[in-house]
Amino acid sequence: MEYFFQQVINGLTLGAIYGLIALGYTMVYGIIGMINFAHGEIYMLGAFISLVAFLVFSSISGGSVALALLAALLVTMVFTALWGWVVERMAYRPLRGAPRLAPLISAIGVSILLQNFVQIAQGARVKPLPPVIQGGVTLDLGAAFSLSISWLQIVIFVLTLTLMAGFTWMIARTSLGRAQRATEQDMKMAALLGVNVDRVVSATFVIGAALAGVAGMMVTLYYGVIDFYIGFLAGIKAFTAAVLGGIGSLPGAMLGGLLIGLTESLWSAYFSIQYKDVATFAILVGVLLFRPSGLLGRPDVEKV
Amino acid sequence: MLRVEGLYSGYGRIEALHGIDIDVREGEIVALIGANGAGKTTLLMTICGNPRASAGRVTLAGEDITGLPTHLIARRGLAHSPEGRRIFPRMSVLENLRMGASIADPRHFKDDLDRVLGLFPRLGERLDQRGGTLSGGEQQMLAIGRALMSRPRLLLLDEPSLGLAPLVVRQIFEIIATINREQGVTVLLVEQNAFHALSLAHRAHVMVTGRIALSGSGAELLNNPEIRAHYLDGGAGGGAVSTS
Repeated sequence: MEYFFQQVINGLTLGAIYGLIALGYTMVYGIIGMINFAHGEIYMLGAFISLVAFLVFSSISGGSVALALLAALLVTMVFTALWGWVVERMAYRPLRGAPRLAPLISAIGVSILLQNFVQIAQGARVKPLPPVIQGGVTLDLGAAFSLSISWLQIVIFVLTLTLMAGFTWMIARTSLGRAQRATEQDMKMAALLGVNVDRVVSATFVIGAALAGVAGMMVTLYYGVIDFYIGFLAGIKAFTAAVLGGIGSLPGAMLGGLLIGLTESLWSAYFSIQYKDVATFAILVGVLLFRPSGLLGRPDVEKV
Repeated sequence: MLRVEGLYSGYGRIEALHGIDIDVREGEIVALIGANGAGKTTLLMTICGNPRASAGRVTLAGEDITGLPTHLIARRGLAHSPEGRRIFPRMSVLENLRMGASIADPRHFKDDLDRVLGLFPRLGERLDQRGGTLSGGEQQMLAIGRALMSRPRLLLLDEPSLGLAPLVVRQIFEIIATINREQGVTVLLVEQNAFHALSLAHRAHVMVTGRIALSGSGAELLNNPEIRAHYLDGGAGGGAVSTS
């Protein structure tokens, strides 16, 4: 039982990270109907940017780890946001109105480009980061039942929940969020009402990329090793999370992320760790076969 | 207010407008009638910059707006209640109206909301309801109300009577007259319901296959025998007026 709950905690931590990435997939899909397959690479860039930024800031901040982490977080968000903006501007916007396949192929191109760029610029070897946030709390829950949660897990969880809550509020309450929902529902009509649709789409990419950047930083801290190839698998898993939750649905992306994280950690704990990716992608296949609209998605109804 | 000169437009290689000239003066209601496929909607959409005109000029209050992106045209004071109403289905009525006010000064929001709800009290009872769950007539009211939220100088209305019960149609047309008379909004109205449109309009144009076939005051066209035969006396609007 103790082991089970321990795995649940690990799974939720991992799931929170997947959820952050999945938000970017689902948001972009909702607004322009395209799967941004380069999104995983933005996450990978986030991991690298955060590593470099943290090392720089910790050498100049004079020993304050918290300050260095915070500065690195902000820098990571700013730079990944910038990358998201550039990618949309260069690779997708010129293809607006083209057949659906064209931006998809463009996205795969961007993904290959970014991977190779990082491989050349940073080298192909894995980059280690010694544990930065150590220790944790142990919850003693009666006889022979204790759970340990690391501070890092708590940080990841709190940060992710805060970002998700802020993001949900932004979509529901602000004029940008309203413009995003309007653009998602009827892009032409939004333009007729004076909404600068291009800017709304840009903002969507920027926000999604910043969230992926945070996820990249969390993974750097959590696992302590990164390489130029991590975006591929994490990207596809987050995509699976988005599909599981219902592509286009924001709460769905968060829920899907948590479920994928849980699946992965419980499968690894009780079955075979080598097959954990197989389990995740079996879910993807299953959802696509039996419930393509996902858990919280709307079935695609043709407008009359 | 609005002047369209020699306008050509279409979709891809198919040309739908072959040199349209119309003008709408300040304070007028101008109707555009014609059969299905005559290019009426294409004309309104081309005025709004989507699709782009392939030739010709559109000026709004003397300023050339041809080739501007759609959202900038809207910001010049042109509001559009489009064909099919295009309510945001998963937004509440209030949010739909807020979207209409996207480009307006937020300080005017309360006043504009009161003004629109005064015209359409039904919307006031349904502020929290989702747009997609409204009846056809309510959706039409919302589409017009949403367009009015930006305090437009010129209002384009595309088939506001389509698919509505006769009683609701009469209501909608009365409200269009009120908006024009009391709030001084200039209106360019596209309709298949020629009788209502011509009765309401100061002037009207008849469109046939991408050209203006006939123009005149509303009353003149109402009494024109050719118009009567094709669009009014039992004619379902299927026929065509000769281009002479």
